[in-house]
Amino acid sequence: MDYHILREFADSWAMLAIFAVFIGAVVWAFRPGSRKIHEDVANIPFRHDDKPASPLQDPASGQDQQG
Amino acid sequence: MQINASGIPPDHKGYSRNPLPGFRFPDIAGDRQDEGTHNMWDYFKLIALGVVAVLAAIAANYGRDLAYTVNAIEVFLAAVIAFIWVLRTMGSAPAPANEYNDGVVRAGVIATTFWGVVGFLVAVIIAFQLAFPALNLEIAQGYLNFGKLRPLHTSAVIFAFGGNALIASSFYVVQRTSAARLFGGNMGWFVFWGYQLVIVLAATGYILGATHSKEYAEPEWMVDWWLTIVWVFYLVVFLGTIFKRKEPHIYVANWFYLSFIVTIAMLHIMNNLAIPVSLFGSKSVQVFSGVQDAMTQWWYGHNAVGFFLTSGFLGMMYYFVPKQAERPVYSYKLSIVHFWALIFIYIWAGPHHLHYTALPQWASTLGMVMSIILWMPSWGGMINGLMTLSGAWDKLRTDPIIRMMVVSIGFYGMSTFEGPMMSIRAVNSLSHYTDWTIGHVHSGALGWNGMITFGALYYLTPRLWGRERLYSLKLVSWHFWLATIGIVLYAASMWVTGIMEGLMWREVDSQGFLVNAFADTVKAKFPMYVVRGLGGVMYLTGACIMAYNLWATVARQPRTASSAVAVPAE
Repeated sequence: MDYHILREFADSWAMLAIFAVFIGAVVWAFRPGSRKIHEDVANIPFRHDDKPASPLQDPASGQDQQG
Repeated sequence: MQINASGIPPDHKGYSRNPLPGFRFPDIAGDRQDEGTHNMWDYFKLIALGVVAVLAAIAANYGRDLAYTVNAIEVFLAAVIAFIWVLRTMGSAPAPANEYNDGVVRAGVIATTFWGVVGFLVAVIIAFQLAFPALNLEIAQGYLNFGKLRPLHTSAVIFAFGGNALIASSFYVVQRTSAARLFGGNMGWFVFWGYQLVIVLAATGYILGATHSKEYAEPEWMVDWWLTIVWVFYLVVFLGTIFKRKEPHIYVANWFYLSFIVTIAMLHIMNNLAIPVSLFGSKSVQVFSGVQDAMTQWWYGHNAVGFFLTSGFLGMMYYFVPKQAERPVYSYKLSIVHFWALIFIYIWAGPHHLHYTALPQWASTLGMVMSIILWMPSWGGMINGLMTLSGAWDKLRTDPIIRMMVVSIGFYGMSTFEGPMMSIRAVNSLSHYTDWTIGHVHSGALGWNGMITFGALYYLTPRLWGRERLYSLKLVSWHFWLATIGIVLYAASMWVTGIMEGLMWREVDSQGFLVNAFADTVKAKFPMYVVRGLGGVMYLTGACIMAYNLWATVARQPRTASSAVAVPAE
């Protein structure tokens, strides 16, 4: 296996695969229903300023008494 | 009450125990002793540190060059101090799991400020050494001349100032956005002190003559190996905290931080593949040679910009700008696209440093095209950061910290426009090897990295030490204007001198002879070099004002009544 095989692979299939992953990530970000989720997660920095979430808290809710 | 293996209640030995009697770290030492471990593990640590100390002493004895010997002595001292500290804090009380580990962040804030001032000071010295060569003092020749101090400056500002800012802020942000305490107990402290040791080893090595001669990767093999170990632990601490997060989603700032940690590990190892000539000497030989070595170096070099100075600092932007503006990021979707586009494209941009070299043209064209495409995600991120302020623009008038962050994002946008432009082969033929490049780097480093770090430090200090607010907003304003005008002086003078120099180099007369000698360009650049030095003085003055302001915030401001930030009452 010499350099040219690697290079030809890199600028064909590998490039295609990377591009597909990127498009997939973008499509996933814009999927239907993502707006609500993103509004929620954009507020993560405002939730747990002083203390970690208590262990009893339900992790799925993402909310706790800290507000 | 918990009883540990030695049968002594932890309260007896634990909380206020000081490793160095008579010497007290005030608040920083906050939760040093946290998550006290069982004794077996402490014994293991003691044995390991003892072995390291003995080996370092042996290495110092057999050292073949001064830089290596001095580095070995430094490692020996570090191991001894760590040994004593472990010995004196054995079996201390475990830290409460319902608090954040902020001690290591406090130490990081102090280290960032300290190394910032040091790095800017060396910067001013070498700027004036270029303007006035007599400042390369004869008695310090071979140690403190420009050639020795220049890597000291770049490493101090990028890796000591920037690196500490990244480690400290990432530890702060990952805890808050994961709603979980930092993973690994004292491992965060190991990362912090291990990283400081890297800085000290590298700095003394440069002055005494140990260098890889690779830009931004100058430390020799022993420092590289140590940094690799520290970095692995950094990754473990960061990932461990993400794994035990209580928030189901990983906030975007953590994605940027994580890409910074992972990519820097990969770049660092690949670019420092070198075989030591002797285990007792600092010299090593690169595995790659020729153009492969050059390509690896600039693949590393540009991604140090891309993943250290951009991705990591974007992590800071995505946390501290929303926090200071008190509103969530403008578009979370855009931040996701920003992240993936930046990650996929940046890694290819390196070859634009090697236009008109032995590198095949297709490779440098690839680097150039990728650099131009990079403009898009960069400006997407800039717009996202700036628009976070939409509806809160009035804060710009009242809050100098948010002003700092906005100017920082502005410089991010400016230098990510300038960079792609300079990567175009035709432009590069004029700009390369001139001061234009230096000006570009500094508008990014001083403007983007410096200002966002200052903003983060101003944000963090009152919160970490439980103070209601900063000591003086007026001083923040002074810092802001000094720094901003300093950057403008710096960048403007370097544009002028860079383009002038590029044009002088290529000027030929009607016979095809070069018109200017190299020394002619040096002479013509003198006034701009003085202006650049003055810009540096202003930037350094601003940083000193910040250091005073942060110190006074801790020392002169009353503690908040209900300090939620745990500061032990000693």
